[in-house]
Amino acid sequence: MANALNHLVEQVRENRVWRSIFRSGTGESNLHRALFVQQNVFLHLFSVKARKRTLEFSATWYLGALTFGTFLILVITGILLMLYYHPSVPQAYADMKDLQFVVSSGVFLRNLHRWSAHAMVFLVFAHMFKVFYRGAYRPPREFNWVIGVVLLLVTLLLSYTGYLLPWDQLAYWAVTVGSNIASAVPVMGSKIRFLMLGGTAVNANALLRFYVLHCVILPFAAVLFIAVHFWRIRKDGGIYAGEPATEVKSE
Amino acid sequence: MSDPKDFVAVLDSDARKTPRRIAFITKRTSPQVRVKDEDRVMTYPEAFFRAAVAIGVLAIALVVTSLLWNAPLEGLANPMHTPNPAKAPWYFLGLQELLHYFPPVVAGVLIPGLVVMALIVIPYFNINVEAEGLWLRDKAKRMRIFGVVVVIFCFFLAVFDVWVALVPTIIVAAFMLLAARTAPQTAQGFRLWLVQKPLSFWIMTWFLVELFVLTAIGTFFRGPGWSWVLPWRA
Repeated sequence: MANALNHLVEQVRENRVWRSIFRSGTGESNLHRALFVQQNVFLHLFSVKARKRTLEFSATWYLGALTFGTFLILVITGILLMLYYHPSVPQAYADMKDLQFVVSSGVFLRNLHRWSAHAMVFLVFAHMFKVFYRGAYRPPREFNWVIGVVLLLVTLLLSYTGYLLPWDQLAYWAVTVGSNIASAVPVMGSKIRFLMLGGTAVNANALLRFYVLHCVILPFAAVLFIAVHFWRIRKDGGIYAGEPATEVKSE
Repeated sequence: MSDPKDFVAVLDSDARKTPRRIAFITKRTSPQVRVKDEDRVMTYPEAFFRAAVAIGVLAIALVVTSLLWNAPLEGLANPMHTPNPAKAPWYFLGLQELLHYFPPVVAGVLIPGLVVMALIVIPYFNINVEAEGLWLRDKAKRMRIFGVVVVIFCFFLAVFDVWVALVPTIIVAAFMLLAARTAPQTAQGFRLWLVQKPLSFWIMTWFLVELFVLTAIGTFFRGPGWSWVLPWRA
């Protein structure tokens, strides 16, 4: 059975059409494994080889990978939620009720999106502190640290814009509190607040703006910066491996 | 120079794994081979497999959480009815707690702006890159600066009645003093660990403690009118 399955997999991978898409071909050699990464437009953000020490749990606690995992869950559940959501007042709230009582697994979908969002914010902070305490921000990785700070802000904005979308009391007043802070910016505070809300108070315009930011602009920015963040890991010499542990030879 | 040759040739390579490297090292430099070739593994499958397992475990945990606990949903938004207290999302409650003490332009604009600026510039300061223990050099001078900064800062917090930020500051400062009073040559264990910590470590740790304390207070210990409440009495 297992043999037949392996045979089938091999046959598929040798197939002309398959080979036209994935050129790395069949085989178990390191060359094939390297090509698997290097010839894929998405995977080639990563290096072909990694230092063994950097893959141990203690090195990173996998916090970066986990953050990316929550992002993937949020994209999937977010797209599904968009199918049931209208960014208008008061329909947005009615859609929450529909998710609760009408849509199959609607409550589960919303729960998963909500808890994953909280997890992502927490994990981004944890990832930042872990990177700091290991000293992994130091040159040549300093610019990747800066991109990480940008991603932290994008994550906070994603979470904050998403907070308004259910259009319940919690959402409305949390965003009101936040937007009042924006008006404290010297000179152009009220202008910034107006730009942010599309009006002088949190209303239907604000909901639409937050929806567009949450579902289009900020995810796009996040994907872009995540790609650069991953690519820079490779360009900056792989994941930081800590201080050199082996012996020092001097001539 | 008495030696007619101006360089030596060194071979340092495992030809089976990596192409042969020949380094020509001139006498004028002082080369050090700090690390030999490390053990490397293929990203596919090793690293991808580990990441996939980690993300899988996380996904299971989140699915279980989502099955057990429902996301909050209150009544329809009503601009006429302000809940008391009106709270921002939890990750902003540290800032909202500060908003209770400082004018909005300080708590809402100046402090977060400074935090973001500080985070960005961390890797661009040599003092952070070298990461030398704070008290290992210029101890007397640094102690004077430390004393002045901490006293002024604590006074500032006390004037604004920000006891919730003052207490963590004093605790972190106490650990810094403990590190300063530790002799690096004879120290062991925790105190040796402390004495090796650079300035950036102390600032970041202070930031982490403040972030944690302020967020926890804003989330759990603040009730109507931003007064103190106990979370189990709410």
